[in-house]
Amino acid sequence: MLPLLGLLIRAPWQTLPQRLTAPGVLAALRLSLLTATLATVVCLLLGVPLAWLLARTTFPGRGFVRALVTVPLVLPPVVGGVALLLVFGRRGLAGEWLDATFGLTLPFTTAGVVVAEAFVAMPFLVISVEGALRGADARYEEAAATLGAGRWTTFRRVTLPLIAPGVAAGAVLCWARALGEFGATITFAGNFPGRTQTMPLAVYLALEQDLDAAIVLSLVLLVVSVAILAGLRDRWLGAA
Amino acid sequence: MSLDARIVVRRPGFVLDAELAAEPGEVVALLGPNGAGKTTALRALAGLIALDDGYVTLDGHRLDDPAAGVFTAPEHRRIGVVFQDYLLFPHLSALENVAFGPRSRGSSRADSRARAADLLARVGLAEHARRKPRELSGGQAQRVALARALATEPRLLLLDEPLAALDARTRLETRARLRGHLGTHAGPTVLVTHDPLDAMMLADRLVILEEGRVVQTGDAATVTSRPRTDYVARLVGLNLYRGRADAGAVRLPGDFVLTTATERSGDAFVAFPPAAVALYADRPDGSPRNTWPATVAAMARHGDALRVELTGPIAVAADVTPAAAVQLGLEPGRRVWATLKATEVTSYPA
Repeated sequence: MLPLLGLLIRAPWQTLPQRLTAPGVLAALRLSLLTATLATVVCLLLGVPLAWLLARTTFPGRGFVRALVTVPLVLPPVVGGVALLLVFGRRGLAGEWLDATFGLTLPFTTAGVVVAEAFVAMPFLVISVEGALRGADARYEEAAATLGAGRWTTFRRVTLPLIAPGVAAGAVLCWARALGEFGATITFAGNFPGRTQTMPLAVYLALEQDLDAAIVLSLVLLVVSVAILAGLRDRWLGAA
Repeated sequence: MSLDARIVVRRPGFVLDAELAAEPGEVVALLGPNGAGKTTALRALAGLIALDDGYVTLDGHRLDDPAAGVFTAPEHRRIGVVFQDYLLFPHLSALENVAFGPRSRGSSRADSRARAADLLARVGLAEHARRKPRELSGGQAQRVALARALATEPRLLLLDEPLAALDARTRLETRARLRGHLGTHAGPTVLVTHDPLDAMMLADRLVILEEGRVVQTGDAATVTSRPRTDYVARLVGLNLYRGRADAGAVRLPGDFVLTTATERSGDAFVAFPPAAVALYADRPDGSPRNTWPATVAAMARHGDALRVELTGPIAVAADVTPAAAVQLGLEPGRRVWATLKATEVTSYPA
């Protein structure tokens, strides 16, 4: 709590309105919200099926895949960024092919920010959804099967509604992690204002030139995080 | 529409190997103690677990036959299941639960809901259609589960302990209702239960399963009057022994001979109700009865009577009135004489 208090005490309250409306701040905030949301969507699209595979099926190497999913949790984000560069860089394993086939380059673009954030935030979603799937009674899915529902219908109409709170909680964690992402983003996507400069990057940059600006940016991030947490607490965490 | 199956499922330390057949409209009860493999058999029929051997044939269609590499997924079997705790989808209303099956099988949304409303009306729950499962009582949830299973027009209906989750009062009423609804189902019905009363009230035929094997099949009257295993004898409250018959006498293990009223020879079962056994303080004489000395091992209330467990040449349960028990001074360890009329003893081939 003490560091948060320090932030509030040192905040330049008089100049706050002007600083908040400075063009750089709004651009960084918009970019942060946009990329964190997109990264969450990417994580949902990839992570929910992956969690389903981990929780409901058995295949050779499942334990290894699960371990792999959690690697970004323990990996220093900077290392993750370097790894992403090696794979998706202009001369990386997949990057060269992407460039040649679609003319697509990820590093140092907004899309690259989304990729970096999704990479780091994915484990939060997968772990949360897999836990929800394991906690949900699989016999409801059997009941659906005896009623003639195929796997997809069963997943959509029975499994997903049953695990919705878990998916939502995972998505929130995932979004929060993506919002605060720094290391992988700056390594993989760089720090270009308006294009790849998210809030955490802006805070870091501001810290070197203008302490008050850094504090204001930090406050904005803090307010956004607390607001999201408070908004969702009653709905999902409070119900438990 | 008929069912013909040989269900073989192997698990570590347990083998289920049971033959099961049911005619259209017939209700077959799979009755057995816990752990006999009843639910496993039901799940195998529904396709929720695969057979290790044997086959399942429904209406002439081979649904499962591991030897031939045939396995039909549950969603393609058209087998309706009422699960033990019903498994109504908690996020859907009663109506949506019942409409789920028709909808999954390709009916339009409107048709599915119309069919669901019709079925709910048939089980007397039309006014509860919009309730969520948690707002339904146990008996109501059971009826919704039945309506949901019937909504898909299944070729075979399976019920797993349909009354086990209900309290005694609801159970009585629900059992009578269920009997009526099962009568309207044109295909065969297999129901699993460990309660002999449920089995006898609901089913046309009983199949007794013990330790993965079918030990006896027959209608309720045959099974209750001529039990073939200790489990069934205990269920229906009979003393049961197996021995060798020669004319009117049956020699039991330990060279104890029971006189019966039936002429028979060869391996035989003998059975008699506990109420047929009379107890005396001194040896009675002069009547053509089975008489033997016995020791009281235990006593317990049984309805209006006292059930006395006796040891001696054969272990026997006897029912006596409380008054007689006081008169005889019955208590564990007391030595008495037991008698049994030959006409009260049933014998039948083993």
